[in-house]
Amino acid sequence: MSWARNILRVNLSKGTCANEPLNMEWAQKYLGQRGLATKYLVEETDPKVDPLSPDNKLIMATGPLTGTCASTAGRYSVITKGALTGAIACSNSGGFFGNEMKNAGYDMIIFEGKSKKPVYLLVEDDSAQLIDAGDYWGKSCWDTEEGIKAKHQDPLIRVASIGVSGEVGVKYACVVNDMHRAAGRSGVGTVMGSKNLKAVAIRGSLGVQVDDADKFLAAVSSGKAVIADNPVTGQGLPAFGTQVLMNVINESGALPTRNHLDSQFAGASKISAEAMAEAREGDGKTNLLTTSACFGCTIACGRISTIERGHYTVAERPQYQIASGGLEYEAAWSLGAATGVDDLDALTFANFVCNEQGMDPISFGATVGAAMEMYENGDISDKETGGLEVKFGSAKALTELAELTGRGEGFGAEIGLGSKRMCEKYGKPELSMAVKGQEFPAYDARGIQGMGLTYATSNRGACHLRGYTVSSEIFGIPVKTDPTESDGKAGLVKAFQDATGAVDSSGLCLFTTFAWSLDDIAPQVDAACEGDWTPERLAEVGERVWTLERMYNLQAGFTAADDTLPKRLLKDAAKTGPAEGKVSDLGKMLPEYYDARGWTSDGVPSNETLQRIAL
Amino acid sequence: MLKSLQINPEKCTGCLQCELACSYENEGLFNPAKSRIKVFNFHDQGRMVPYTCTQCDDAWCMSACPVDAISVDAETGAKVVSDAACVGCKVCTIACPFGTVNYNAASGKVIKCDLCGGDPKCASACPTEAIAYVDANWTGLDKMRGWAEKTDSGAQAEA
Repeated sequence: MSWARNILRVNLSKGTCANEPLNMEWAQKYLGQRGLATKYLVEETDPKVDPLSPDNKLIMATGPLTGTCASTAGRYSVITKGALTGAIACSNSGGFFGNEMKNAGYDMIIFEGKSKKPVYLLVEDDSAQLIDAGDYWGKSCWDTEEGIKAKHQDPLIRVASIGVSGEVGVKYACVVNDMHRAAGRSGVGTVMGSKNLKAVAIRGSLGVQVDDADKFLAAVSSGKAVIADNPVTGQGLPAFGTQVLMNVINESGALPTRNHLDSQFAGASKISAEAMAEAREGDGKTNLLTTSACFGCTIACGRISTIERGHYTVAERPQYQIASGGLEYEAAWSLGAATGVDDLDALTFANFVCNEQGMDPISFGATVGAAMEMYENGDISDKETGGLEVKFGSAKALTELAELTGRGEGFGAEIGLGSKRMCEKYGKPELSMAVKGQEFPAYDARGIQGMGLTYATSNRGACHLRGYTVSSEIFGIPVKTDPTESDGKAGLVKAFQDATGAVDSSGLCLFTTFAWSLDDIAPQVDAACEGDWTPERLAEVGERVWTLERMYNLQAGFTAADDTLPKRLLKDAAKTGPAEGKVSDLGKMLPEYYDARGWTSDGVPSNETLQRIAL
Repeated sequence: MLKSLQINPEKCTGCLQCELACSYENEGLFNPAKSRIKVFNFHDQGRMVPYTCTQCDDAWCMSACPVDAISVDAETGAKVVSDAACVGCKVCTIACPFGTVNYNAASGKVIKCDLCGGDPKCASACPTEAIAYVDANWTGLDKMRGWAEKTDSGAQAEA
């Protein structure tokens, strides 16, 4: 049990919905969610497929623990070939959509083909149907979610949708559920839009069972106690959210600033968690209204924010004078430090628009940062920007571009290409701060050496959620390592990547790993699922998932030459802070990493390695 | 000592652990759709509010039931539905002013909070103490203490 053992397969070209049993042999090898859905994608699609072709598939997948009472067990992922990267994509979301899918009796939903006209999928337990989405095409994620609930007179329906950005082909469109949770990266929403699939609406009431309930409740209870007692998950994240990082990373000299020209931002404190909790001068209220949790989460890192009513972004627009999903660290960084903007309410507005129109704020903000550098260098001018002064530090440029990009209009259509395509178009490819076409998140590879290797080798392009060595290098979890040194980082990155592969396949949130090791997670998986699930077996699943993704990318045409970083991080030393004078030591770490993985010097998994992990 | 559920919405994060615990206790599986307690998320206001039966002394549901299927648990004061007696007429769901008695189509009976026989699982599952099980005569004690602490504090600071 724990798995629903059931897949919903939706053929959008034919307009059919059919159930089929989950391949339980694969479930024992790949667990669920990220791993299992990747296995399905690999088996069913050609890695060379155009991400936006009807032949690409899009899979929404839960893990075996999704829908149970384990802490954070409400996750689902969207797996496809990414529109931004052309690489394997797996974007993970919280909120309440994943548990609803599981409660309706499905481990995953596989979408194939392309609908002739816009549709949405409505699932009510064992009934599934495709419905005309003409009323919602051209509408935001917010209006779509509210519209579908109103149309079916059912406030308990959970909705995951794309905004206008996903319809008009913004390369980093997300799938947004529950108003402000998102499967955010790599353009999974763009793929959904290319299939004319506007939304998935689910109402589930079948319930989720586990294999050994008494054992499970005991394991879950121990796990929750570990989370509550841990300073990061029990205190730091609930109080400050992920934004607890802003000042810490800035002081570490690893806060990429103004398109990575600098690695410390003078305005960091103004856009930090502490600033969100300070009374504003204008209205005396705080940006942070309250905290919120995703399904089953006993950490509650989510932020609910408001914008001052007199702020230029919302003064004439009551629809934004509401409480909604506030800044998380990565978004505060990309919309703020990466662009040099330190107006907290302007960042919050841009974040609202990203949620509303379904755009990844990381790639959006980072691309705006790249455009700002080109504008200041004279590579682009008012002619390209439509008269908008796209200068570092301009809040107006940021918020205007958020709205334009969300609708694919004006210069926003260029920003919607992502930094790689945009910078190439204007002859400045070196100004794109990305790996495999995906923009960096909020940690400078010069100041946190392990993250440089994590980014360069990440299967979905630059990403912090594929091997978060920040835990070790900054916080000392599980052991402290020196962020400015590259020694030993290859093994560290591999261990983090493998553990993450397992967690992302389970239904749990990666943030639990500030407190939990696989030793804490294995007893919960073991009690919930058939079979014996030890920490070692979970690590092996993680390595298998990682390697399977790697093989997909190699077959898609990526090579070791793509395991690299922009020249800026390899050649231009950090100017200030603890990493002053440092560049990324990738050249030393990468061969060590291939070796640790049992890959050839060309980055190809050896036959022995494939046999060892049963691939 | 008679106890009551005490709900503090300002502490609620909306995680639904209460709904998971309630459905597991009553249905034997994790199924928020069958929970006797519901958390309402008023998104635009940033408010999350858990809501369930308050166990009225003079209970509308009990008075309305034509087959006396709802009785008082003498130990806890909970109004408890007897599945054996309930005919699924739903009159109690109309009578209850708060909407906390609901029909369950799967069983053909109504379901409502019964305080889990004196050990309400929603309260023990709540990670933030937004739901507590306290002395029924003093559900306001914590709030009183909070305000009492502020009273006269200005005078002390000046002294």
